[in-house]
Amino acid sequence: MTDVVMPQMGESIVEGTLTKWLKKPGEKVERDEPLFEISTDKVDTEIPSPAAGTLAEVLVQEGATVGINTVVARISEEGEAAAAKPAATEPAQKAPDASAPVVATPVATPAPPAAEVPAPPAEEPSGEVTGPLSPLVRKMARENNIDLSRVKGTGAGGRITKQDVEGYLAQGAPAAAAPVAAAPAAAAPAAAKTVGAPPPVTFGPGAKTKIEPLSTMRSKIAEHMLLSKRTSAHVTTIHRVDMTKVAKLRERSKGQFQTNHGFSLTYLPFITAASAVALRHFPLLNASLDGNNIVYHNEIHIGIAVALENGLIVPVIRGADEKNVLGLQRAIVDLAARARSRQLKADEVLGGTFSITNFGSFGSLVGTPIINQPQVAILGVGTVDKTPVVIDDAIAIRSICHLSLSFDHRLIDGALADQFMTKVKQVLEGWAEEVL
Amino acid sequence: MRKCSVRELGRIDYGEALELQRQIADHRKQGAVGDHLLLLEHPHVITLGRNGHMENLLASEEIMTRAGISFYPTDRGGDVTYHGPGQLVGYPILDLRDWKRDVGAYVRAVEQSLIDSLAEFGIAAGRIPKLTGVWVGDRKIAAIGVHLSRWVTSHGFALNVSTDLSYFQYIVPCGLTKPVTSMAQQGVRATLTEVAHVLAGHFGRVFDCEMLFEAPVLTATEREN
Repeated sequence: MTDVVMPQMGESIVEGTLTKWLKKPGEKVERDEPLFEISTDKVDTEIPSPAAGTLAEVLVQEGATVGINTVVARISEEGEAAAAKPAATEPAQKAPDASAPVVATPVATPAPPAAEVPAPPAEEPSGEVTGPLSPLVRKMARENNIDLSRVKGTGAGGRITKQDVEGYLAQGAPAAAAPVAAAPAAAAPAAAKTVGAPPPVTFGPGAKTKIEPLSTMRSKIAEHMLLSKRTSAHVTTIHRVDMTKVAKLRERSKGQFQTNHGFSLTYLPFITAASAVALRHFPLLNASLDGNNIVYHNEIHIGIAVALENGLIVPVIRGADEKNVLGLQRAIVDLAARARSRQLKADEVLGGTFSITNFGSFGSLVGTPIINQPQVAILGVGTVDKTPVVIDDAIAIRSICHLSLSFDHRLIDGALADQFMTKVKQVLEGWAEEVL
Repeated sequence: MRKCSVRELGRIDYGEALELQRQIADHRKQGAVGDHLLLLEHPHVITLGRNGHMENLLASEEIMTRAGISFYPTDRGGDVTYHGPGQLVGYPILDLRDWKRDVGAYVRAVEQSLIDSLAEFGIAAGRIPKLTGVWVGDRKIAAIGVHLSRWVTSHGFALNVSTDLSYFQYIVPCGLTKPVTSMAQQGVRATLTEVAHVLAGHFGRVFDCEMLFEAPVLTATEREN
């Protein structure tokens, strides 16, 4: 059985992302035939197989980022059945460098014992590993400062599994002193450059934590949110809008609307329609900033933020100003449903020129949304509540909604933002058009 | 001293250049040819790296077709990018085993040759940590995306000389919402050929090889015809 490791691609490179397996488990592979692809800092590399045989086991999935020298797969050589060598035999073979002291005792003097070990196999990452460990287990151990020799393995051949580590942590595992894992590795003579991982987030001893890698969507959202915060000078202005007319119209029409069209009538299409009107009046809010140029978008494509189970996506209503309330409601229902069932087409989330996020549906009164780059403004919609307000020195009960606009102050000044909001407010407060 | 052949291909279709790169890289892997630097310009094209995200393509295919832009998914590193007239594209095909087996050092060296070239035109360009490419302030002037197979490089860099920057509105370049710039926007009027020659000089110095200019060669299509 030959271990396939994440190769060392250069001195400064401590990890790589496995982007694609070019062979499936069970498939035959020739020596030097491309086996997988990795990505490191704008460089994609095809990695050839170190041996001829059958791809017996894939240990690292596509999309995972692992340190160099991490075993990513095993290849069983010709005539050697994939399962012929149970993992259990491996620690025995590698007995010399598997000797406990290197790993187990934090206080052991690291360098000399390692140096005396007679020529460990070159691909053996360092003294910290005694048996086959999955990258996930290694990562968990590193992040939680766990001395793995104290964890009892329950997997095949005594292999330590994720559950074992979780169980160990749940017992209130004593965290090993932080530098231990790294120090022997750094001192070990051969191929021990597994250091360089970012300093682990540390928790108090015995802290009960659970480690979970970020999903692709989550990390993309994180990245985009930070980029937007770094890119735009965010300012939020909040206007109080009297939705009573719209509320009455909606109350009057919603039963028939539901019967006619098969979906309910919400406030959102009215607000979208009002925004489209205001965007036509104030095209700077329907623009992008490109270096020293302002890019005015001729068409009004409004993105509607849709909450998903573990994230959000902003599908786009194209030509929003050309649709009436019915058309907008239909588009919103359709995009939201397909967003939740993950059936949006790629171009349906592209090309938005303005966005709306409706946190009111989750009970929020007012929010300060983050601009969806490369747009310059986003409208946040709060709850619509019956509220006592003063009109002509009398107290009246009106349906009140707070609309907040986050805008990019690089391009848009407060006065313009408020003119835009006044327009939106005017359209909504004076709504006259029937929807049936 | 190692030698590197420089081929100036003029304006060449993205697909043709891709095929030519593939051929030279194959020959390079077999040791049949030496290192190469292809210098060229593409018609309007948007390309997507292996790890690229379609979300960073802001325009629908229909809009791109209308604007005369073609679209290619590729096997280079990096996200989405735009190439077009006025942009100097360089495809180094080097066997890194003859230089340094280090992709990080390679990317930094390509950046250095671009930074040195821009300096010669009076533009102070530099790096932004963790954001591969060459930047003037926080504007990207050159993008980098590399493919490596058996330590032989392909794809490479794209330097905006007099690129019409409005075409970048169709994408989020490299997935980053940072502005782009060009030498022209920085006030430097230079032809692609001038920039190509300055760049080849710095490339040779940074990679410690002698640059041999070849007579213009036929493109893949012309050869087949």
